[in-house]
Amino acid sequence: MNDHSSELKGSDMKRTNKIGDAPMGSLTRRDAVFAGAATFALGSLGSLGLATSARAAAPATKPTGQAILGFSQEVTVLHPLMTANEVDQGVWWNLFSPLWMLDAEGKFVPLLAKSVPTLENGGISADGLTWRVELRNDVKWHDGKPMTAEDVKYSINLMKNPAFRARNRTAFEYIASVGTEGNHVITWKLKEPYAPLTSVLSWTFIVPAHILSQNPDPNSPLFAAAPVGTGPFRFVSRKTGDHLILEANPDYFGKGPSLNRLIFKYVPDLNAMYTQFKTGEIDFIGLQGIPANFYKEATALRGRRVHAAQRGAVENLTLNLAHPALADKAVRKALNIAIDRQSICDLVYYGVPKPANNYLVPTHWASNPNLPKPEYDPKKASAMLDQAGWVRGADGIRVKNGVRLSFTNSTTTGNQLRAQTQQLIADDFKKIGVEMLIKNMVAAVLWADFWRNSEFDSLLTAPTYTIASDPDITHRFGSASIPKETKSGSNVSQYKNAGVDTLLARGRQEYNLAKRKEIYAKVQELIMDDLPFLPLFYEVQIEGTKTGLDGYANNVNALANSWNAASWRWTA
Amino acid sequence: MARYLLRRLLQSLLLLALVSVIAFAILHLAPGGPLAQFVATGDLGTEDVDRLMKQYGLDRPLPIQYLDWAGSIATGDWGNSYRDQLPVLKKIGMHVGPTLELMVSSTLLAMFIGGMIGILGAVRRYSFFDHLATIGAMVALSIPTFWFGLAVIYVFSVNLGWLPAGNRETIGDGSFIDRLQHLVAPCIVLALVSTAVWSRYMRSSMLDVVNQDYIRTAKSKGVPAMQILLRHALRNALLPMITITGLHVSTLLSGALVTETVFTWPGMGRLFLDSVSNRDYPVVMGMLMFTACMVLLGSLVADLLYSVADPRIKGASK
Repeated sequence: MNDHSSELKGSDMKRTNKIGDAPMGSLTRRDAVFAGAATFALGSLGSLGLATSARAAAPATKPTGQAILGFSQEVTVLHPLMTANEVDQGVWWNLFSPLWMLDAEGKFVPLLAKSVPTLENGGISADGLTWRVELRNDVKWHDGKPMTAEDVKYSINLMKNPAFRARNRTAFEYIASVGTEGNHVITWKLKEPYAPLTSVLSWTFIVPAHILSQNPDPNSPLFAAAPVGTGPFRFVSRKTGDHLILEANPDYFGKGPSLNRLIFKYVPDLNAMYTQFKTGEIDFIGLQGIPANFYKEATALRGRRVHAAQRGAVENLTLNLAHPALADKAVRKALNIAIDRQSICDLVYYGVPKPANNYLVPTHWASNPNLPKPEYDPKKASAMLDQAGWVRGADGIRVKNGVRLSFTNSTTTGNQLRAQTQQLIADDFKKIGVEMLIKNMVAAVLWADFWRNSEFDSLLTAPTYTIASDPDITHRFGSASIPKETKSGSNVSQYKNAGVDTLLARGRQEYNLAKRKEIYAKVQELIMDDLPFLPLFYEVQIEGTKTGLDGYANNVNALANSWNAASWRWTA
Repeated sequence: MARYLLRRLLQSLLLLALVSVIAFAILHLAPGGPLAQFVATGDLGTEDVDRLMKQYGLDRPLPIQYLDWAGSIATGDWGNSYRDQLPVLKKIGMHVGPTLELMVSSTLLAMFIGGMIGILGAVRRYSFFDHLATIGAMVALSIPTFWFGLAVIYVFSVNLGWLPAGNRETIGDGSFIDRLQHLVAPCIVLALVSTAVWSRYMRSSMLDVVNQDYIRTAKSKGVPAMQILLRHALRNALLPMITITGLHVSTLLSGALVTETVFTWPGMGRLFLDSVSNRDYPVVMGMLMFTACMVLLGSLVADLLYSVADPRIKGASK
């Protein structure tokens, strides 16, 4: 949808005789060299079994062929209700199924459920407290057992179980009780109406009760070692630090899969990953994608398609509002128009991303299109600071009531592009008499106390503000979500606005989509006027597929673009 | 001999305990924690982080955590990774194979070529070849591995298409030939530097020997030059090499981080980096203990071999 595919058709066939594309029996140049060498060295003739992974053009009926998906993050936990990274979810979409999901257009699509409950279809009671979901009755676990309402009940209760190492339990705290009606109807009662639950459940993958309930320890690592789900692919094997193999589930209740095998390959170095995409060792290059400096080159590769996939994250300067200078709204407003965003996008990121003015990406259904556009006007910024009483000192840095307009900025070390962005921003700020000092640290340090206790002045990071794409961002901007004060949430800017709090509380209880949209439009207006953070640009991930591997689609509502691998297939 | 072995084993155990305390302390005192990785990417709030810290027992005092860890390891339970929940020993087992494959092949290659160069250099000291070998070793030692690795990939994989651009095998193939194809480039890249090192070791060790009285005696007795070299000089020159090899055993198992990263080789070096940067305490501790054991074992075996190779040592070790 948001995907500006740049495709080069008419690929020359020289490239496609690489490994993986080779039809059975044909030798690549590399194979030939080695065949010669090996024959010479071993003195043995005969069939050397050189035919590498053969892949016939896939007819849609029987799953055939395989795809190797490259990721620069390693798959970690295969229990879909535990803490995880993005790639893990990319695997879960293929091993497990939630009740419903958000497709690339942001529409709910039922999966295990027959339909998505709403007030209109009666799935949610008029008071918003009782939910009733009918389940498909043709779903089987990978071990052949039927999936029933008991499994859904078990999964929800597991999320509520305080002993379980669940990821984020916020939404499940609202569920008072869960019940079943027969084998294929699940019901639950809420303590109060909670609209984001529909979104949260789109990321809640259902786990098998008949296997997990056998083990008294809900955190037992046994399940993650050999997961059983209802998804289009089954678990085969994994080599930690290297790859994970899944195979087609012939009993999948949905459409597909067309591929017989799906391989998640871990390539930690981005340059190495891009090289392997070029040489054909991987068929798809996903998260963290092709480095921006190779974007142009990649679009010119023969036999490869490159996708500039807009993700849900927003690169931004997160400000700590407890900082004496950053507490002044006039300062934040001046800083906001002092940053030359276009230059950052063009110079550092090779023109791939677009300047941002919001925490929601423009394609999000609740995004407010009427927010002030990104602006760059250093003169106006200077004038604003003058007017607010910030006067330039002897060293050129502004001062007000003894407070110097100076603060630090931190990001994770080792990220070259961010380091360059920091330099550009520091220069922009210097022009208006503001000092920004750079103080970077390793990820394990930055994301620990430094972040949670708001020990920073400002951060350069790219959070995805929403959870499961729901516009409720109470955890990010609610005044009760400041971890330093309440030990909960992730409002590390320490932002407080009573108006925003009230609107967010209303939005959480409102099931009507149109009304929710209105509420969150107002929330965006307020927050983007207060500026607890300065948006820079919407994150774009440059992904790529081999020409002939069809079905790829960017979905901002899934954490990795292997979400629909069930409909991927080889056509050439 | 038995008493000597027992004494060495006791010393080793004491040393292991000491290493574990120091490693545990440094690891846990370093800022950050194992949950930071999930905060950065996921939807974890602070309350979730606190809850998980408690569930993992990371909120307890450090000495208690250490005793807990030491207690389980003493009973053979090395714990599970915080990242993927797999048993630590299983993870180490999965990574040790690829590392051994790469390190042993490159070390053998380096020892063989380096040894030859070293012997020739010592025998023909200050010859043109010796100077060439010296300069060559300097150059090889100065080339950054990651640069050389990328250059090899660029030339032989991207441009010529002769070699794979990394990985240990074609997933799903894994035949001997396929493995060999994947091994060539990283093996040569790794061997380059160590060939230089081994050639220098061998040269100086050989030089020590060829100037000994017994070599001169052999020469004056009219023993053929080749026989002197192989039977008298080489055997004695190899003695110090045994010690060096013993000390080298641990590096065979700890892997080569840079080469493994450039060539996407799923070895111990990368596992260690991934585990340290994500503060995966059980895995890091497991790997440190594993490597420490191997260092101690390596030096013990080297000492024993030494007494086999050199009968004079036997009496001293009783």
